[in-house]
Amino acid sequence: MDNAGYIVTAFGVVWIGLFIYLFVLVQREKALRKEIAALKEDMKKA
Amino acid sequence: MRTRIFIILSAILLLVTIAMEMLLIPSLASAQNKDLIQYSPVFYWHIPVAWVALFAFLCVFIASIAYLWKRTPFWDIVATTSAELGVVFTTFFLLTGSIWAKFAWGTWWAWDARLTSSLVLWIIYIAYFLLRTYISNPEQRARFAAVFGILGFVDVPIVILTLFVSNQMHPGDAAFHLDKPQMIITLVTGVVAFTLLYLGLLFFGIHLREDAYEVSKLKETDGG
Repeated sequence: MDNAGYIVTAFGVVWIGLFIYLFVLVQREKALRKEIAALKEDMKKA
Repeated sequence: MRTRIFIILSAILLLVTIAMEMLLIPSLASAQNKDLIQYSPVFYWHIPVAWVALFAFLCVFIASIAYLWKRTPFWDIVATTSAELGVVFTTFFLLTGSIWAKFAWGTWWAWDARLTSSLVLWIIYIAYFLLRTYISNPEQRARFAAVFGILGFVDVPIVILTLFVSNQMHPGDAAFHLDKPQMIITLVTGVVAFTLLYLGLLFFGIHLREDAYEVSKLKETDGG
């Protein structure tokens, strides 16, 4: 690998890693919102 | 809102750091800093990422002490969120460090003091999450995790002190010939950018875990 290749890989590792982590966080938030909505429905029914 | 401000600011500063690395730093080459200039694009990411990882574990340490003192779930949430970010950023600094090592010294890894203590740090906080997984009682889990979070922090000063150990592949502080103000400004910009990113993600993670905690409490009440 040439120098540019290493630099691109280093940037790529951090950027891709951050995007994956952000994606996981957003998925967690979505799942939580669904759970809250289901709980609200249950409370209305009760 | 706070999360968004921190993440937008950090994104802007990260782009400024990249621009400075690409446009400003290459023109500063001198005989003393030739190596550093050559590796600079990795260097200006590796150091800020390493700083954020160690800072995250410091926050785990402080939040763990606060939990044992106050016994409120908030401090357990802060410690867990910060530990998660610490593991993420330690993964980044191990990977970028490994790429830098291959680039600079022709090898991906060496079992010297710096690299080994950094890997041990990563393993300690992976164990922190394993411990949390295996304890079902929330209060016991938080208490054990707080003790583990405090004990695990012992490795952080070791990682920092290994900078001053000679005869290792990883460069010590003497190798960082930041002899031009532009180089220091670029490094500081990178550090500020990643710190803001950490804070943004920390607030977002705390908010998520607080909501999850409330939902679990509601479910318990509902079930009871």
